[in-house]
Amino acid sequence: MNEDGGPIFRQIATQLEDAIVDGSLPEESQAPSSNELAAFHRINPATAAKGLSQLVADGVLYKRRGVGMFVATGARDQLRKRRRSEFADQYVVPLLAEAGRLGISVAEVRTMLAEKGERQ
Amino acid sequence: MSAVATLQNVTMRFRGHTALDGVTTAFEEHAITGLLGRNGAGKTTLLQLLTGHRVATTGDVRAFGAAPYENADVVGRICFVRESQRYPDHFRVRDAVRAAATVFPDWDAELADQLLADFELPLRRPIKKLSRGMTSAVGIVMGLACRAPLTLFDEPYLGLDAVARQVFYDRLLADYAEHPRTVVLSTHLIEEISDLLERVVLLDRGHVLLDEDADRLRDSALTVVGPTEAVRAFTRSAQVLHTDSLAGSSRAIIHSRRPDDRAVAAAAGLTVEPTSLQQLVVAMSRHSQPSCAPVAALEEAS
Repeated sequence: MNEDGGPIFRQIATQLEDAIVDGSLPEESQAPSSNELAAFHRINPATAAKGLSQLVADGVLYKRRGVGMFVATGARDQLRKRRRSEFADQYVVPLLAEAGRLGISVAEVRTMLAEKGERQ
Repeated sequence: MSAVATLQNVTMRFRGHTALDGVTTAFEEHAITGLLGRNGAGKTTLLQLLTGHRVATTGDVRAFGAAPYENADVVGRICFVRESQRYPDHFRVRDAVRAAATVFPDWDAELADQLLADFELPLRRPIKKLSRGMTSAVGIVMGLACRAPLTLFDEPYLGLDAVARQVFYDRLLADYAEHPRTVVLSTHLIEEISDLLERVVLLDRGHVLLDEDADRLRDSALTVVGPTEAVRAFTRSAQVLHTDSLAGSSRAIIHSRRPDDRAVAAAAGLTVEPTSLQQLVVAMSRHSQPSCAPVAALEEAS
């Protein structure tokens, strides 16, 4: 796994969250098992299981006894909501820090955002 | 979690040389533990004590609750794959496999056949005519197919190429997932196996330097890069494991204690770099002094 992403279990959880947010892992679909995750990412199954149980604790996944883990209804909205609240800290603060280092004013950043935003 | 094997204050002395000095550690059931350390750190000695190949000078060694030395019941549940396993001169690959099948009660013949094919081992060739890498592969086949409740691999990959090593890691993970057991992997190739490990025991000159959950360990080290002054200010109150400087900028690996360390470093204008388990282990092994004073401080911090 990626060495700069902190603990592996958290990277596993984040990747599954990504898949839920972008819709590739829809609500009420079955999440990969810890053994499947372990084989795919070549990591320890206990670590993969820890990533899954964090998502269970967060209410993103739920267990069906003897079947496996499933994506909870409402998980996508819940994750989007959380990520929106983190967006400013995760993306805007580093953006402004780098802008500051380069002597780019906030007004200039705003103009750039407007221009790039239009093109998308 | 319960421990399958424990060492309690174990010291092992050879003529004038102390290989292990007051070692206390435990190997948790159904975990893959990496036994790491430099050459001469005491890794092989520790494994030899667990398997009853040696008796500790002082201290208590237990596997499955009993002393392993001359204890058939304990030793029968352990598979020890040694760096340079010797086989009887006339043994062909298939003879070694047949012998192993009679020794290990949980031996899986189907898995053994599969592994022999994976490693492209010639069944009829005498083992002493095999290449270094193929001899290692025979050991790996034994270690996986034995399904022993406690399996110890001591540098099992000598001479194996990168492809064969990946086969070993993949097979180990796959079989371990289906048949959980306690695995201890002594190795130098930390980078390659770090993701497979659940726990890490780091030995340094006969002392335990680290005994920790692998993922927590990964989270406990922080590498910061930036102007020397800023790095110095940030690391003033931290435990610094390693520093480098070049033309006014510095890099420091620290033992991170607070969850907001990353944010604090970023706010101070420092770049936080990835810290691999390998970098951490190298930094710590270099950092340690023969007196081993930092050990207590580290354990406190973790």
